[in-house]
Amino acid sequence: MSLSAKDKKNVVDFFGQVGGKAAEIGNDALSRMIVVYPQTKTYFSHWKDLSPGSADVKRHGLTVMTGVLDAVDKIDDLVGGLLSLSELHAFTLRVDPGNFKILSHCLLVVLAGMFPAEFSPEVHVAVDKFLAKVALALSEKYR
Amino acid sequence: MVEWTAEERSIISEIFSKLDYDDVGPKCLSRCLIVYPWTQRYFGGFGNLYNAEAILSNPMIAAHGITVLHGLDRALNNMDDIKNTYTQLSELHSEKLHVDPTNFTLLADCLTIVIAAKMGTNFTPDMQAAWQKFLSVVVSALGRQYH
Repeated sequence: MSLSAKDKKNVVDFFGQVGGKAAEIGNDALSRMIVVYPQTKTYFSHWKDLSPGSADVKRHGLTVMTGVLDAVDKIDDLVGGLLSLSELHAFTLRVDPGNFKILSHCLLVVLAGMFPAEFSPEVHVAVDKFLAKVALALSEKYR
Repeated sequence: MVEWTAEERSIISEIFSKLDYDDVGPKCLSRCLIVYPWTQRYFGGFGNLYNAEAILSNPMIAAHGITVLHGLDRALNNMDDIKNTYTQLSELHSEKLHVDPTNFTLLADCLTIVIAAKMGTNFTPDMQAAWQKFLSVVVSALGRQYH
């Protein structure tokens, strides 16, 4: 399932509009993931506070969203562009790839909630496909 | 049996009490057909599904979206035995409609997103958790009679 020219335009335009709220989006998505899918907490046992909106969650939400926005810039070559991030996830973080889907879903829920007018069905499918490709690029080095 | 806390029951009731079936039903089904186009395979007799605009303005899809959404009412009214509440609908989807049960989760995800769009910040993480738990129980019940 590759990104058509229309998909790429929808992704770039949408994130161009909403990227300014990266911190808020990242914080909300990560908070939701931890609450709705408690098994994801296992990756954050080193944090003091796992409650929604905590300092740790906020900081990491921004880190993750910054990565997503970076991926938007590299939309024409995600595998090449995200190579070092892939190595990080494969060799250091070793996040089970199933969790990429979980976080993607939470991101979609947040985007729909924060930007109901902009997050049309066509933008939704483009972003969903894009996030799936990002996940694939991140798991590139796993095995 | 699925255990529901008082808070979870309250959240589910609240979401349903505010639910505009005539708006959410069509939005949910049409979004599913657009975001996961392979789901269109089950709607061969529903007229023009050629593109997003056609799907969004298709009256048959809109009507069916409302029907499907009302299918959740029986779970709301039988939260302590959702499993058996869906025996006949599960058989219908398996034996007559031949729907791959993976699709139930796809539709459920679209419903969650449409509700999030309507409720905005009111759709808190705790509400999302309870809502997704409810939907996953329904999805599981719908898949039970498949063999």
